[in-house]
Amino acid sequence: MTLKLRDMTLFLAVLALIAATGFLQSWNVALGILNMGLVSAIMALGVNMQWGYAGLFNIGVMGFLALGGLSTVIISKPPVIEAWDAGGPRVIFALLVGTAAIVAAILAWRRIPVGKARAPALVAILVVGFFVYRWLFDPAVAAIEAVSPARAGNLGGLGLPILIAWPVGALLAAGAAWVVGKTALGLRSDYLAIATLGISEIIIAVLKNEDWLSRGVKNVSGIPRPVPYEIDLQNSERFVERVSGFGFDPVTASTITVKLAYAGLFLAVLLLLLWLAQAALNSPWGRMMRAIRDNEVAAEAMGKDVTARHLQVFILGSAVCGLAGAMMTTLDGQLTPASYQPLRFTFLIWVMVIVGGSGNNFGAVLGGMLIWYLWVMVEPLGVALIGGITAGMPDGFWLKEHLLETAAHMRLLTMGLILLLVLRFSPRGLIPER
Amino acid sequence: MSVADRTPPWTSSGTCRIGFRLSRLEDGLDFLNAFVAFANFVMLPAVAYGSQLALGALGVTMIYGILRFSNFAHGDTMAFGAMATILGTWWLQAMGVSLDPFPTALLALPAGIAATAVFVLITDRLVYRFYREQKSAPVILVIVSMGVMFVTNGLVRFVIGVDEQRFADGARFIITAREFKELTGLKEGLAIKSTAMLTVVVAIIVVAILFWFLNRTRTGKSMRAFSDNEDLALLSGINPERVVMFTWIMVAALATVAGVLYGLDKSFKPFNYFQLLLPIFASAIVGGLGNPIGAIAGGFVIAFSEVTITYAFKKVAGYLIPAWEPQGLVQLLSTDYKFAVSFGILIVVLLFRPTGLFRGKAL
Repeated sequence: MTLKLRDMTLFLAVLALIAATGFLQSWNVALGILNMGLVSAIMALGVNMQWGYAGLFNIGVMGFLALGGLSTVIISKPPVIEAWDAGGPRVIFALLVGTAAIVAAILAWRRIPVGKARAPALVAILVVGFFVYRWLFDPAVAAIEAVSPARAGNLGGLGLPILIAWPVGALLAAGAAWVVGKTALGLRSDYLAIATLGISEIIIAVLKNEDWLSRGVKNVSGIPRPVPYEIDLQNSERFVERVSGFGFDPVTASTITVKLAYAGLFLAVLLLLLWLAQAALNSPWGRMMRAIRDNEVAAEAMGKDVTARHLQVFILGSAVCGLAGAMMTTLDGQLTPASYQPLRFTFLIWVMVIVGGSGNNFGAVLGGMLIWYLWVMVEPLGVALIGGITAGMPDGFWLKEHLLETAAHMRLLTMGLILLLVLRFSPRGLIPER
Repeated sequence: MSVADRTPPWTSSGTCRIGFRLSRLEDGLDFLNAFVAFANFVMLPAVAYGSQLALGALGVTMIYGILRFSNFAHGDTMAFGAMATILGTWWLQAMGVSLDPFPTALLALPAGIAATAVFVLITDRLVYRFYREQKSAPVILVIVSMGVMFVTNGLVRFVIGVDEQRFADGARFIITAREFKELTGLKEGLAIKSTAMLTVVVAIIVVAILFWFLNRTRTGKSMRAFSDNEDLALLSGINPERVVMFTWIMVAALATVAGVLYGLDKSFKPFNYFQLLLPIFASAIVGGLGNPIGAIAGGFVIAFSEVTITYAFKKVAGYLIPAWEPQGLVQLLSTDYKFAVSFGILIVVLLFRPTGLFRGKAL
């Protein structure tokens, strides 16, 4: 598929909006929007695979993003040796025992013939497994979290390069998607929605509370970067010399260089994914997915394994979300579990996909960048708008104060309105599927 | 020897006959103490929470039964209803009206319901009706409800802000823990919060009215007919728009009551209502989507499991098995994982009985 002139114009318009921010405000802000816009575009690609290709309703995007974020900690932070000595192997063994109990329960359910013994056996395995797991797990966690809690209190990571965390994040998310998909796919579409909503809340709860893993609400900061630090650039004589030669301020130039480096990395990943996604969508596999989406019964009659294909695409889409989550945490440089809000990280991605054009990869990318831009800009615009409205009111008037205070919440209202308007008047989005 | 300053039974164990008999008596009291602690920390909160969930799940299940989609905006509709009622309550309080010992919010409740009903009817007219006429797929309506959720959430934040609001007034307790201890002489107190009691009473009244309406009135019967078989209902001359209107009004009433009771019992914070969505949906699905009795049962199943599994049983265990001094809190899961409980039950039900406990119309 090639891009039509109209689509190109739309892309150029979004870039022009970002460039306008650069000219009017600052290039740092503009590049910040661009970077997060690129990451958002990848998230939207992932959701588009699930919804656009296959019609699967996943509202647990936040959880998969957070798993990607966790992978950056696991891969790139240096290990905390004392914590490993204190209880690392025991925690891992406990987790293995817990998993083994669940697997044993599933096997027991499958192997034991239907009868009186089956349900009690299942319950017994799970209960015994749970208590053994807790008996192994609790002391080890207490020991780990006691290791200099102000600085560490967790196991740390493997100390590998951060870029490895990106595919690992995708793998983690794919694993979680496999578990959810195995249980909830094949049931009604709303059930998958509720199941994904649930798993994402649980993943966030784990990140917030399992201090040994992610330091919980104490956050993990100082996650290594794939690009140089600003301060190193400013201290490098060659860099200062070169940018001064162009007449730039070294401090501004260093921040912009770092952001450009991120933008280059993200753009490379986005283009690669976009190419793969387009190839997949235009292959026989892509046609099959759309055939299943449009008429499951007919596709099944043609011998397609609908549930297996759904599981496949659900895992693929979630993996892309995990990748995007790892990239986002890399960009932020820290993992803050408390910052994962479903409205921001699940439903906003949905707005991106719907507005951009579900079923069209380019649409998803466009939607991701455009909606992210609006999400950032609506707040100052709203404040300015309210400022204009209330300018005529006397100071200290309660309505004026209240409006000024709440102007920042215009975002959700605007996003909801955009979603509803697009669904009503242009349900196929800005770049429709073709 | 008063019960309060008795020594623990394991120190006075059977050295003489009197000591032995005393310890037997204390064992009986220990059992009572354990039961009171259990009632105070598990049963009462679970009953109140279960009533709130049941009311919420009833709203979800009615939308599902009649409009045939899962309404993701329901949590925020509850927040909207609670907000409208809070504004009414503040106005009443400013006017000096009070319903002591009952919370003033009860007086403002009808106005809150009316405001919410108007709001959802406008939403239906502006948003949902279009898709109904198009006969859109249910999943499209779910996405549309997501948009409504955003807008409602934004409106609530815009009007009342994101902060926690307290609007409960009137008596705090029907009986405080200390009064209970003095009354019974037990070591454990049973505090009955007036809001918890109010929740249960109001929930029973609302559910009674709802079932009376659905089973006895002409409109209610036409709603059930419409839910069972749309085509047949249309053939018998039932006006679908009228059914839909009544559904929305009743859902608004249920959501507002649920939202206000939750806010009175805990506190009002817009984001909490959004988070209620998961337990509410879990209740509705566990009971069987589209089945009102199932929604109520599901609400209590979810609430009891959530509270029981996340309660630290150390105290109760201490009374029941005095010789065992547990090291931890004897807690199956920390309270932060309460979502995991609703989720776990939901998954178990989906795996083994996808239509829910009461055979909803799902699948």
